[in-house]
Amino acid sequence: MADTRQIRSRRGPVAYVLRTFVIVYLAVLVIWPLYEVGKQTFAPTKSGAEGGFSAFLDRLSDPSVTYAFSLTGTVAFWAVLINTLFGVGISLLIVRYQFPGRRVLSVLVDLPMSVSPVVVGLALVLAYSTGKGWFGEALESVGFYVIGTTPGLVMATAFVSLPLVIREIVPVLEEIGTDAEMAASSLGANGWQTFRRITLPSIKWAVVYGVVLSMARSLGEFGAVKIVSPGAELRGETATLLIQNRYNNYEEPTAYAAAFVLVLASVLALVVVSLIRKEDHP
Amino acid sequence: MSIDVRGVGKRYGDFVALDDINVSLPTGQLTALLGPSGGGKSTLLRIIAGLETADTGTVDIEGVDATRLPPQKRNVGFVFQHYAVFKHMTVAKNVAFGLEIRKRPKAEVKAKVAELLELVHLSQFAHRLPSQLSGGQRQRLALARALAVEPSVLLLDEPFGALDAKVRKELRDWLRRLHDEVHVTTVFVTHDQEEALEVADEIVVINEGRIEQIGSPDELYDEPANDFVMGFLGAVTRLGPLALRPHDIEVAVEPGVVGSTPGVVQRALRVGFEVRLTVDVEGQEEPVLVVLSRTHARALDLELGSRVWLSPTTGATTVPVLGVPREAVVSA
Repeated sequence: MADTRQIRSRRGPVAYVLRTFVIVYLAVLVIWPLYEVGKQTFAPTKSGAEGGFSAFLDRLSDPSVTYAFSLTGTVAFWAVLINTLFGVGISLLIVRYQFPGRRVLSVLVDLPMSVSPVVVGLALVLAYSTGKGWFGEALESVGFYVIGTTPGLVMATAFVSLPLVIREIVPVLEEIGTDAEMAASSLGANGWQTFRRITLPSIKWAVVYGVVLSMARSLGEFGAVKIVSPGAELRGETATLLIQNRYNNYEEPTAYAAAFVLVLASVLALVVVSLIRKEDHP
Repeated sequence: MSIDVRGVGKRYGDFVALDDINVSLPTGQLTALLGPSGGGKSTLLRIIAGLETADTGTVDIEGVDATRLPPQKRNVGFVFQHYAVFKHMTVAKNVAFGLEIRKRPKAEVKAKVAELLELVHLSQFAHRLPSQLSGGQRQRLALARALAVEPSVLLLDEPFGALDAKVRKELRDWLRRLHDEVHVTTVFVTHDQEEALEVADEIVVINEGRIEQIGSPDELYDEPANDFVMGFLGAVTRLGPLALRPHDIEVAVEPGVVGSTPGVVQRALRVGFEVRLTVDVEGQEEPVLVVLSRTHARALDLELGSRVWLSPTTGATTVPVLGVPREAVVSA
C-alpha cells in the first residue's frame, strides 16, 4: 500500500511559526515549572550549607520520606498486579464472549477514567467505612479494615488505574481475532494452553504497555488516596500526600525533592513506553 | 464412513444457516462443499470441526459420536482461509505445536516436523517467521501444521480464497497431488465451481442451508438435480421450456431439425477461440445465449441479423425450467 501520509516541507514561514509556538507553549507549561522543581530539589538545605546531590539525598533519607516512598511502591505494586490480572481477564471477557450486559460492562470499565478520583475515594469510603459502609461492618467483624489502611489505598489506586490496562489490551485482542486460537484448539490445545501459548504472546506488548502506564498512574495517584488514607506522617502518607503535607507546612525543599523523584519515575515510564512502541512496530 | 452428519440444523436468530443436513463422507476421499456465499457450507465445516455447535442433529467422526466433543478432542485438522498461523512462532514451531501439546518426545517431534516441511516444500524456511512468507507459503504451512497431528479428517475452509489466481491454481493442483500421497479424509469448502470440479472426488452442493445434490463432478455436471445446481456449475441459458448450457445448442441456418426454434442473431462477441451469440427468439422475453467455436461460426457464415434455428444437441444436459416463469423474475 502506498504511504498516504502527507508531510509538508520543513522550511517555510508557517513551519517556523508553528515550531516557535509549540516550543514556547511547552516551555511555559511544562519545561520551566519542572526546571524550577529541579532547581529547588538541589538547592542547599540551609543558607550557607552545601547544595546539589547530597542535599537532595539528605532530604530523601528522612524516615517519613522513605516510609512514604515505600508505601507508594507497595500500593502501586499491588494495584498494578491486580489490574494486570483483572485487566487481562476482563478484556478477554469483553472481546471473546457474548453475554447480556457486555456493552454496559465495557462502558463501566471506562468509568474510572472520567470520574474524578476524589469521587472514587468518597465512594469507597461510603461502601467500606466501618461506621456506615455497606460492607464495612461485615469486614470489621472478621477484623479486616479497608478505609485508612494499605488495602484501602491499593483499592483506590487499582480502581483509578484499571482502564489503562484494559484499553491497551482490548484493541489488540480485537485485531488478532480468534482464528489462531481456534486453530490451536483444533490442534489439541485446551483453553489454558491456548491462552498461554497463543493469546498471551500476541498481547504481550499491550500488557507490558498497560502495566507501565498504570504503574506511572499509580505512583502519581492523589485524589482517591487523599480521601481514603488517614494521611498522617508514617501512617498512610504516600509520596503524593507527603508532597502536599510538606508543602503546606513550609517544608518546601522536601516536597520538591519528593516531587522530583516522581517526575523521574514518569520520565522513566515514558522512555520504557517509547521503547516498547518501537519493539511493537519494528 | 469417516464423517457421518445426521439431521444437523443451525440457526442464527431468524436466519436458518443449516436445515436438517444429512451427509456421509467416506474415508480417504477428497470432498468439496460447494455453494454460494452465505449458503451454510462453512458453518457445516465448523460444526464438523467443533468450532461451532449445531442446534440439532449429530456428527460422528470415525464411528465416534463427536457432537458434544470440544474441538481439541476430535482429532481433526482445520485450515482457515486466512491461514491463522501463529505469528510469534517460527515455521518449524508452528508445525510442532500440535505435537508439543501432545507431549511427544523431542526427537519424534523434530523428525515429524522435518518430514512435513519436506512434504509442503518449506524445509529451507524452517527458522523463518510467518511474516517472512508469501500467502501461498503460509497456507502450505497451515496445512503442514494441521497434518502434523495425524488427524482422522482434514477440514479446509476456503483454503485458497485469499490467494491470487495463479497461486490459487498451483495450490489446487498441489492439494490434489498431496491428497493422492497422504490419503487423509479431506473436506474443503469452496464457492468456486471450477476448483471443486477439478480437485474433488465428490461434491456436496449446499444452498440456503440445504443440500441440493451430492455426487461426483461428472454426475453433477452431466446430471444436475435441478436448475440451481446446473446454474451454479456453469453457464446456463433457456431455450423454450428447457434450461441448458450455451455450448449444447445446435445452430442451423435453415429450418431442418424438427422442433427447432427460429430466432435472429442480436449480438456476436468473439472471445479467443469461441463466439458468443445472443439470439432473440419469438415468444421468449429473455434472449438465448449460444456458444460455438470460431471455426463453426465461420462455416455457418453468421452475422448480425442472420436468421437461425436453434435446437439442443443430442445428449445435451437439460433441465426443465420450473416454478416462476422467468418473465416474472425479470420484472420483479
